[in-house]
Amino acid sequence: MSLLAIDNLSLHFGGVRAVEDVSFRVEPQEVFTVIGPNGAGKTSIFNLISRFYDANAGRIAFEGRDITAIAPHEVAQRGIARTFQNVELFEHASVLENLLLGRHVRFRTRLPFELLFTPSVRAEERAHREKVEEVIDFLDLQHYRDTRTGSLPYGVRKVVELGRALASGPKLLLLDEPSSGLNNEETEEMSFWIEDITQELGIAVLMIEHDMALVREVSDRVLAINYGRIIAAGDVESVQAHPEVVRAYLGE
Amino acid sequence: MRAFVEFSQQVLSGAALGCIYALIALGFVLIYKATEVVNFAQGELMMLGAFLGYTFISLFGLPFWLGLPLAVVCMAGIGGLLDRIVVRPIVGQPVFAIIMVTLGMGFVARSGASLVPAWGVDTHVFATPFTGKVASIGPLVASHDQLAIMTTTAVLVAVLFLFFRYTRIGIAIQAASQNQLAAYYVGIPVKTICSLVWGLSAAVAAVAGILLAPVVLVHANMGFIGLKAFPAAVLGGFGSIPGAIAGGLIIGVVESLAGFYLPEGFKDVAAYVVLLLVLAIRPQGLFGEGLRKKV
Ligand SMILES: Nc1ncnc2c1ncn2[C@@H]1O[C@H](COP(=O)(O)OP(=O)(O)O)[C@@H](O)[C@H]1O
Ligand SMILES: [Mg+2]
Repeated sequence: MSLLAIDNLSLHFGGVRAVEDVSFRVEPQEVFTVIGPNGAGKTSIFNLISRFYDANAGRIAFEGRDITAIAPHEVAQRGIARTFQNVELFEHASVLENLLLGRHVRFRTRLPFELLFTPSVRAEERAHREKVEEVIDFLDLQHYRDTRTGSLPYGVRKVVELGRALASGPKLLLLDEPSSGLNNEETEEMSFWIEDITQELGIAVLMIEHDMALVREVSDRVLAINYGRIIAAGDVESVQAHPEVVRAYLGE
Repeated sequence: MRAFVEFSQQVLSGAALGCIYALIALGFVLIYKATEVVNFAQGELMMLGAFLGYTFISLFGLPFWLGLPLAVVCMAGIGGLLDRIVVRPIVGQPVFAIIMVTLGMGFVARSGASLVPAWGVDTHVFATPFTGKVASIGPLVASHDQLAIMTTTAVLVAVLFLFFRYTRIGIAIQAASQNQLAAYYVGIPVKTICSLVWGLSAAVAAVAGILLAPVVLVHANMGFIGLKAFPAAVLGGFGSIPGAIAGGLIIGVVESLAGFYLPEGFKDVAAYVVLLLVLAIRPQGLFGEGLRKKV
């Protein structure tokens, strides 16, 4: 069974067909990349999966269960985490606090018990704290643990956002342009992390990316879209060489 | 010496009134931070809280310590419902539309209250266990009502501080206030959180209303005190909770001093004069953060 199954998905904004009849599958532990020119509808697909928008048609299933109509806050609970094209952090909070908030969905205690500070609450907190520290070590964020994220350089904030997504213990990670705004060195680092995330942590990655070097390096499969529609799918080389893709990128 | 005692006495009574401003300003700030809605009906929520307290305690004859929490819980429910029914559907509309809606809620609350048979347009006396008692602190005197206002405000602020700092719901509220989009995707039910914040603000307003009732009496227009709490919130930097408390206290004290030392009439504009002066020097308010540019 595929981890994520998208079937005939469509999203319209008035006359704009942002996503039109898109279907694809993401398998466990793979890196699946969506490419396409600006405005092609890539982020819109992410926004549909994260339930920020209601689809006009089609179906989204995760681990075999329909998630087309669940509440946005349940998406993380199901095991789908995401980062944003323009980094959305809790800017007044520290790196550690951001990651703990990422962990939010895994907390089980209810308020009354929390106020009583029962031993079980404290044990749970310790366990979450350990998990978050693991993520901090994994991404080499120790140095910034207690720094307010708003004051960090952009490259580090992107990594923190990745950390917050990992802290939630996802099975599928949606990365919206992980390399945008990064320099070459940071992009290189990002590609190592994406590989580690799939290979060491066993998390599948669905990614939107423009940097074709990064796409080639990490992707197992690639999907190209333009004007909301799929124009090619397959391995990196064949998609990149596909005449429709070439045309789309030449901006015809 | 006598001048100093007089001065201190004015500061003391100003601080008591300032606590009320602070509590209403706190309501403004909580709602604004979580939902980016400026609730111009915050004063009316306080008025409704006072009327409910009056109803439970004076009309139904419940003991004060039962009537008070009952009124607070009812107001929390009303606040949550207002968000769910009135505010949520218009979130995302232009700012002026939302302002009109909250102003409208204030109108409806005022006329609604005066239509309730036992409430009406009359002024109601509302006695609490503190009413009529006076304590002396050295050369100063304070009514028990004033002391109750100050103590309750201090306790409430401390409880809220702990709530926001240590509970998961409190932390979720802070997270939703900082970045709604990110809050959704870490799994925080942002809409529910907004309703909770409205409930919390209305509950705080109810406490303020019941504390204030013995001082200014209960009537349908008592919510106009919100007009003074609003500058308090702005003074503190709209969006800062410590700022709201400090802003409320400053405006209360300044008003009281202006009323004592300055000619008739200055008292009512004092709040706005202070506000203009502070904003001229620090446009972001006392505790506000400067507008930072996004990268
Ligand atoms: N909220 C929205 N309202 C109206 N149109 C939108 C909205 N979001 C995206 N679009 C339109 O949908 C199309 C796809 O946008 P998007 O998914 O952001 O593209 P990409 O991420 O591939 O650059 C664009 O034409 C964009 O203008
Ligand atoms: Mg995009």
